[in-house]
Amino acid sequence: MSTILTTENLSLYYGKKQALKGVNMSFDEKGITALIGPSGCGKSTFLRCLNRMNDLIPNVTITGEVNFNQSNIYAPTMDTVKLRKEIGMVFQQPNPFPFSIYENVVYGLRLAGVRDKEQLDAAVEKSLKQAAIWDEVKDRLHVNALSLSGGQQQRVCIARVLAVEPDIILLDEATSALDPISSHTIEMTLLNLRHDYTIITVTHNMQQASRISDRTAFFLNGELIEVNDTKQIFMNPVKQETNDYISGRFG
Amino acid sequence: MRRLFDDELNDIDANFTEMGMMVSATIEKAVKAFIDHDRELAQEIIDNDAKINEREVELEQKSFEMIALYQPVTSDLREIVTILKAVSELERMADYARNIAHATIRVKGHVRVPEIEAQLSEMGNRVRKMVEEMLAAYVKSDDAAARAVAAKDAKVGEMFDKINEKGISKMERHPETVIGSTDYLNVASYLMRIGALVTNVGEWIVYLNTGNIIELNPESSNLV
Repeated sequence: MSTILTTENLSLYYGKKQALKGVNMSFDEKGITALIGPSGCGKSTFLRCLNRMNDLIPNVTITGEVNFNQSNIYAPTMDTVKLRKEIGMVFQQPNPFPFSIYENVVYGLRLAGVRDKEQLDAAVEKSLKQAAIWDEVKDRLHVNALSLSGGQQQRVCIARVLAVEPDIILLDEATSALDPISSHTIEMTLLNLRHDYTIITVTHNMQQASRISDRTAFFLNGELIEVNDTKQIFMNPVKQETNDYISGRFG
Repeated sequence: MRRLFDDELNDIDANFTEMGMMVSATIEKAVKAFIDHDRELAQEIIDNDAKINEREVELEQKSFEMIALYQPVTSDLREIVTILKAVSELERMADYARNIAHATIRVKGHVRVPEIEAQLSEMGNRVRKMVEEMLAAYVKSDDAAARAVAAKDAKVGEMFDKINEKGISKMERHPETVIGSTDYLNVASYLMRIGALVTNVGEWIVYLNTGNIIELNPESSNLV
């Protein structure tokens, strides 16, 4: 398997407060990596660094490198719009745009200048199928996406990310606002997508991490404490802090 | 951070150790009753076996409950799994002690062989001591101690061979001892099996500490 993304000595400061402390991590193509850790440990901050979402926050300083397919995404020549197409993100709260399901899914393609109706139709069907929501919405593609349930909205958001054919999908607690059944549907969706995409997910739900991820990384106080196969992390972690956190001794 | 889980784990841990002591005492009594031809004590052991079985079921139920309610991981999970597996080993040890008690009741009135009885007494003491030492290793979560206790099982095998040899030669030369000696051989084999079960408990202590499932005495693992 080849490496698709690496971070080298990645640090981030909110003003003077250091939120990430020299994180070195690498991600192979395909599969799911879960980032876990208590609130404020830096896992979401780390995730947001991977497609430069932190650029939007004032007073943030980032040092170190994030190399996507061997090029540093923080290089001045990097086109962030293109970057976020290749490294898409799904957020905690489903955030469909206030227009139709169809228009939500093709949004990124229209932005990229695709006009061909057949091409757009095909992308909508493919993406909604991949996001496991096609059967539920195929007869009402032109209703407002906001009329869907939370779980359905989230899957439309996943379809919206998939439509632009990214290499990497980042999920920031994408199921924590959903009920268990919707969460389960999203988990099943991710388990199918993991064969074709590199998925990195931040979750507070430890059982979810153990159920769906191939690898788990534990963060604490801005540091990457341990990363390993999920089975190893949940059965026999190397570091005491990892053991204490995932068995609920703190956090 | 104090967890409810820890309190319950302490309880189940204490219950397991208590059951282990019950089993150890039963083995001691079983050997003693056999040597002393004490049928009353033997009957007591047989009657008491149901209590040990109940203990096992209680510990199993509690373990299942804790797995369902707390979804333990890492060392927490290993502790529960260790108790769940080791409790069956303890229960089987008690079954062998009960078998010895049955032999005690049968052997009454048969021609005795004091020499073999002395050897059985020695073997019984050794096995009971192994049970106690293994429980101590469990209480301290000491896998080095568990390995050391398991290593003592080889000697138990040798003792079994000697009793076996002597019993058979006795039967050849003195046919009147055949019925009694057959029970001697049975008792020796029960004790040997208890020794192998002690080794199994040791393997779970190693698992508890390291997460590795190993065989401590591969050559004797086919005994039980």
